[in-house]
Amino acid sequence: MTAPVLATLRVKRAFGPVVEGEALVSEEGFSPRYDLDRWSGLITKPGHKLEGLSIVDKVCFFPTAKGGIAAGWAFYDIRAKGIAPKAFLFGVTNPVMVQGAVFSGITITEGFDRAPQEVVKTGDRVRVDPSRMVVEVLARV
Amino acid sequence: MKLTSEEQSMLDGSQGEAVREAIAYQIEVGRFFDAECFVAVTNAHMMGDIEVMGDSGLAFLADRCAKRAHCRIPVTTNARCIDFAHAKQLGQDSAEVEKERRLIGHLHSLNVVTTDTCINYQTVYQPHLGEHVAWGDTGTVIYANSVYGARTNFESGPAALAAAITGRTPEYGFHLDRHRKGTLRVRLRAALGDLADWGAVGKIVGERHQNYFAVPVFTDYHRTPLSDELKQLGCALASYGSMGMFHMVGVTPEARTEDAAFGGQIPADEIVITDADVERVYAGYDLKDKSASLVVFSGPQLSLFEIKSLAERFSGRKLHRGTQVFVTTNAGVKSQAARLGYLNPLEEAGVTLLEGVCFYILQNLTIMRVANGWTNMISNSAKIVNIIGAHKFNTILRRTQDCVDIACTGRLL
Repeated sequence: MTAPVLATLRVKRAFGPVVEGEALVSEEGFSPRYDLDRWSGLITKPGHKLEGLSIVDKVCFFPTAKGGIAAGWAFYDIRAKGIAPKAFLFGVTNPVMVQGAVFSGITITEGFDRAPQEVVKTGDRVRVDPSRMVVEVLARV
Repeated sequence: MKLTSEEQSMLDGSQGEAVREAIAYQIEVGRFFDAECFVAVTNAHMMGDIEVMGDSGLAFLADRCAKRAHCRIPVTTNARCIDFAHAKQLGQDSAEVEKERRLIGHLHSLNVVTTDTCINYQTVYQPHLGEHVAWGDTGTVIYANSVYGARTNFESGPAALAAAITGRTPEYGFHLDRHRKGTLRVRLRAALGDLADWGAVGKIVGERHQNYFAVPVFTDYHRTPLSDELKQLGCALASYGSMGMFHMVGVTPEARTEDAAFGGQIPADEIVITDADVERVYAGYDLKDKSASLVVFSGPQLSLFEIKSLAERFSGRKLHRGTQVFVTTNAGVKSQAARLGYLNPLEEAGVTLLEGVCFYILQNLTIMRVANGWTNMISNSAKIVNIIGAHKFNTILRRTQDCVDIACTGRLL
């Protein structure tokens, strides 16, 4: 039986397979070079709003992309190491994040029809369906 | 995407499996951005080193070689993570050093020119107005778009390599006129006498507009800026704002006038930057334990003129006991600097000059930080101050002469 959908976010652009996972909602942007320990999957940049948290197997909501050219190889590398998130959902992204996600087969989207914080919280269970351009909240924390 | 018959033959596999995989990948990226077609590129610049690629990236390159991939346009490499002459001194992992050698060997087999520089635009290749290229890192992209009027998006390592293999890239973003117009105005009413001041401007503007498609238009500056100044500005805009282009009225080629720079768009924001704003940037850093044991001139690599300036500033001085200073540049600048006698004063002062690398991408950096007991990293580059955070440095931006004085006195103010 399909779980009932509690809330839906629409996205503007999307790539990748349908994925389900736990949401990690950030108020700060992201770069794998600037913010991430690429050996553990933990956000390690001092002062980052998600400092100390893991992105492994999460559906990550970020308002912006930071930097940076590294994501192309870095996403492929963290996927191979088994520490990739299920999906990267950006408010505004840059080509490198998309190139990296496509290269590594990680689901990625850009653009939200409203602030994600209005409908989803860290820990909620969500499903991302790129073919339908939607993010659905399936369970609350 | 509309494909030409040549592109269709690539996708059909008639030009080999490596070409087929490269163009199929590019089509997926193009679809995401609604690219209608490909655009031919003349030059590619790619990031490719073991620190960012890891074992999986190395295996991918080996697989390209096995599939007889061959880059059809000139392609150069960005700064890498190992300076082989200094690897032992830096405590870099010997197994990773060996992998880096293999990785470079694969790149040579693919017809890649390993220049190992993030200042290719100053030292290797200068594309002309309207020339389409496929470049990364971000500092190279923003310089190409803004200062040369060339056209490129941020192309990550795999994307730039794919472009070099197919000779084209999806037409989106800065390849299109509509994304090259100014979106905000910045009135530069500050002296900006030091390179670090230009980085501070990039930080102010970039932090306020974190958007790849934001294109600041700088006006009101009182003199012609130098290449190294525009380099620091561009690197900081790209780093703090993830921006790929700026205009400077009367300076950059697509901004002969304000009207040309904005192309009919109404600026969404106006920022005025004064000396006080720049000073506030410097005052904003937490000095933590006031440790001055690490000063870095890197990210981007230094030009010949920057090395000359540092040589003059360090001449006759010695580093404070316990302080280490690293300068990075490429092989060409280093050999010219040596010939011109600029390296002697640096070496005599105790400065370490690294070749073909950038400090923030050094293999083993976190372990190096712990082993050396580094807490603060002081630099005149706003980019490196922003980018190195994941390795848990506390970073501080200071003007060039202040960095030199801190390095020689051990006093961080």
